[in-house]
Amino acid sequence: MDSTVASHAEEHHELDPVVEYESSKLGMWLFLGTEILLFGGLFAAYAIYRARYPEMFAEQHRELDVWFGTINTFILLFSSFTMAMAVWSIQKGKQTRTVIFMLITIICGLAFGINKYFEYAEDFHKHLYPQTSIFYALYYLMTGLHMIHVFVGLTILSVITYLTHKGKFNENYNTPIEVGGLYWHLVDVIWIYLFPLLYLIA
Amino acid sequence: MSNGAATETMNVSFYEPKSILSWVLTTDHKRIGLMYLITISTFFLIAGGIAMLMRYELLTPESDFVSPHTYNVLFTLHGSIMVFFFIVPGVAASLGNFLIPLMIGARDVAFPKLNLGSYWIYLVGTIILLAALLQPADTGWTFYTPYSVKTGTDVILITFGVFVLGFSSILTGLNFIVTIHKLRAPGMTWDRLPLFIWSAYATSILQLLATPVVGITLLLLIAERTLDIGFFDPAKGGDPILFQNFFWFYSHPAVYIMVIPAFGIISEIIPVFSRKPIFGYKAIAYSSFAIAIISFFVWMHHMFVSGISQTAAAIFSFLTMLVAIPTAIKVFNWVATLYKGSISLESPMLYALSFIFLFTIGGLTGVYLGTLAVDVPLHDTYFVVAHMHYVMIGGTVFGFFGALHFWYPKWFGKMFNEAVAKLAWFLIFVGFNVTFFPQFFLGVEGMPRRYASYPPQFQTLHEISTYGSWILGLGIFIMTVNLIAGVIGGKKAPQNPYNSLSLEWQVPSPPPHENFHEIPTVTDWTYGYGKKSKTEA
Amino acid sequence: MLSWLPEEASNLAGKVDNVLLVVTVVSVFFFLLISVFLVYYALKYRRRSDDDHTPYITGNIVIEVIWTVVPSILLMIFFAWGYIEFVHMKNPPKDATEVNVTARQWMWEFEYYDGKKTINELYVQKDRPVRMIMQSEDVIHSFFVPAFRVKQDVLPGRYTQLWFTPTKAGDFDLFCAEYCGTGHSQMRAVVHVLSPEAFSRWMNKGKGGAEVAEAAELSPRERGKKVYQEKGCSACHSIDGSPVVGPTFKGLYGHKVELESGETVTADENYIRHSVLEPQAQIVKGYQPVMPSFKGKLSDKEITGVIEYIKSLK
Repeated sequence: MDSTVASHAEEHHELDPVVEYESSKLGMWLFLGTEILLFGGLFAAYAIYRARYPEMFAEQHRELDVWFGTINTFILLFSSFTMAMAVWSIQKGKQTRTVIFMLITIICGLAFGINKYFEYAEDFHKHLYPQTSIFYALYYLMTGLHMIHVFVGLTILSVITYLTHKGKFNENYNTPIEVGGLYWHLVDVIWIYLFPLLYLIA
Repeated sequence: MSNGAATETMNVSFYEPKSILSWVLTTDHKRIGLMYLITISTFFLIAGGIAMLMRYELLTPESDFVSPHTYNVLFTLHGSIMVFFFIVPGVAASLGNFLIPLMIGARDVAFPKLNLGSYWIYLVGTIILLAALLQPADTGWTFYTPYSVKTGTDVILITFGVFVLGFSSILTGLNFIVTIHKLRAPGMTWDRLPLFIWSAYATSILQLLATPVVGITLLLLIAERTLDIGFFDPAKGGDPILFQNFFWFYSHPAVYIMVIPAFGIISEIIPVFSRKPIFGYKAIAYSSFAIAIISFFVWMHHMFVSGISQTAAAIFSFLTMLVAIPTAIKVFNWVATLYKGSISLESPMLYALSFIFLFTIGGLTGVYLGTLAVDVPLHDTYFVVAHMHYVMIGGTVFGFFGALHFWYPKWFGKMFNEAVAKLAWFLIFVGFNVTFFPQFFLGVEGMPRRYASYPPQFQTLHEISTYGSWILGLGIFIMTVNLIAGVIGGKKAPQNPYNSLSLEWQVPSPPPHENFHEIPTVTDWTYGYGKKSKTEA
Repeated sequence: MLSWLPEEASNLAGKVDNVLLVVTVVSVFFFLLISVFLVYYALKYRRRSDDDHTPYITGNIVIEVIWTVVPSILLMIFFAWGYIEFVHMKNPPKDATEVNVTARQWMWEFEYYDGKKTINELYVQKDRPVRMIMQSEDVIHSFFVPAFRVKQDVLPGRYTQLWFTPTKAGDFDLFCAEYCGTGHSQMRAVVHVLSPEAFSRWMNKGKGGAEVAEAAELSPRERGKKVYQEKGCSACHSIDGSPVVGPTFKGLYGHKVELESGETVTADENYIRHSVLEPQAQIVKGYQPVMPSFKGKLSDKEITGVIEYIKSLK
């Protein structure tokens, strides 16, 4: 594993494109690692308290509406698919197609958010609050933190979509789309773990 | 390949242009490192001043200088500022930023804009801390529950400030790892990397993996205070010890974030001032990683009397012994480097050698605390306070001061007064020992920590410790004045006053914006001192 | 090092000190080894000229192995021995006397097997093993007796325990060793180790709250002063006018007091007595409702004494 040749003396010392691409990908993977540890803390707390109070978890979670959760799971999975299609499209140089796929991804993300809004509203209507029990504390913290990441992801994707629309990316250079896509996939993967743990426990 | 424009800019140091805007928006790692250096040094002096107030209170057994509540606020601020605003981010962000690209033969870090962003995030964190001073917390820097949930002082702002700082740490660590992987000059293979780079890499892994955990821990604490979730409240089914587990899962690796960069500094200074290759390069390089990995598995040694099971205690005591081994290996290798060297005792070397002396004491006293039966009477006493300050001051801070003096000519293009530097070192060394060595005995005698007032039998040792703090304070003051005076009016520094073989010394002092006229091609490691010919072993 | 150790006053102290001693001897050995070589080399190999020849030595695998293996063996010995003694410290004998300990901000309450209660004074019998069953009413505290070499955190919502057999008669310091707020440094107690005869005399001296010793011989004011100093009042109430956790006693008696409710009352005998028995009923304006009740813990004689003592603090 060795470095490729760095650029020669230049005013703004830009990196060789290959180095820049590899650096960006490595950087994003490292960042995703930190996100996994961040959520990992919450997953650890979940595991510890579920092991301690299995009946309480089973009883409490029944109040959650599985349909809200299931719909959201499909929405996110679909959005990951459209994001992957966006990356595939730009690698083929198809800018318009890329923008369309990314817009669909963003719409899915917004739909996820709106769905969540209705779900929380119903939860509050049923008097289910973070203070209700440790299960609900975890439910709100985990889905809340996840929701924040969805919004961050939507912001990133919106910026990238705009830049794609402006023609900044093509088949030779599309690192931000790929790297943004990685972030979005992580948001999806975290939800894939959250959903069964919160909604589907026996 | 040469380039007319580049030749001209090579004579212009990175300090140009001098406009404030160019500094505020800079993406030059050398400037960012300098900004970090100024900020963290300011916090170091502030938190140190707070410590002097605490030691002044402890001259007498009674709470006669400040009230007990004020004392508790003081030690909380001292710890929080020192740990989160100085030592964890500090050495890595200041020295790491300045040195890493230079040492590996790159023009900058992998993500220069992100680097600037990291610094601004750090500043936001410090502003939140300043806001937190309006009703400062009195929980200690460890924020143990349930007290941190119940106290009427403001815990949320200070923990949120620390949370924000965590982002800065994570992004800096990420930047460094990618830089080291991807931006090394041709020929700079892994086995030729300077040991400071190896240690920066290990530190960055810890920053990346451990910091998110303290992030979530503090978020949980904030949620408990605001939303009353009861995670740590036994009345609601929660567990206050869970907080300790989460907290120390980060904070133990954090102490290695604090000290591993200092290890790297010592590994750079000693070969230069002994004119000998480092002894046991691979051992020192790999031991940093061994320490980093094992450090994730020892956290419960802070909790031996917290109510954990005997099995857990046994496992973590055993693992704690393991983490001591790679650390000891480094110390032996550094001393062996001196053998048959040509040793010159300028101020950087004085700091490096005294580091070895002091860190050995710190490390050995850590073994006491890792030994179960011995930890029982010593936990939460001044023995722990002494141990931690020997490793953090005797270790990290001495390493940091050594680095400041060593790379000073390169960073500032000037020389400081060497005689004054030696005097300051002497006062700091003596003052530090007089302050903290008696505290081992205070701890053995049973003096607990975080006590604003104490029974009279402990007074004599406390008095000695306080007098030591005055000597230490004076030494740091003289050192600071000397270093600042050098920047203002010191002699112009030569390019390589200590004849180092490392890449950062092959460029002007201070370096130009783009570091190198041409990216060098590396053909040997940086410790080739005394090498007569390629055939020599 | 030895002279700085507190006297060994329990059966566990000697064991702990043995491990401590060996760790110290080995540590001092390695410290001297490293320091001596450090200083010796730094001086012996002082630079003589800029043309000094230095040999190109990069390492030695044999030495690396030696200085890895030898410390490892020593560390494993420390671990094993420390663990063995630790297990001993964690496992009380079945016939140990039991004392229930309740820690709260900022005092120690002890309840003995016959229902007797003491505050900030622990009475144990020499040469008889005793097990402390401990819990906290609020935050984490820690029970620490340096002379016995024992320490254990005291938690809310869970019992923790520790045990020891006192081997010397006398009085020994007990400190709270886990930071617990404003009164942490004041949360101290005394362990009275009594001979079997003295212990049974003390045990038989009336139930429902061990009265302050020699209560009959003290004037009410002196009795009150002793209660103030020994039953935890001093942790929160000053006598010099400064507000601590609670209002100062200086100048309290006979003066008007403004309450949180807006009401103003006079601090007379009934007010003081009511505050001791039902502290939450009348909170003084500007203070937190954190005072615990002393119902069942102070006798009427002791409360009267406290009132007289407060009267004397003009």
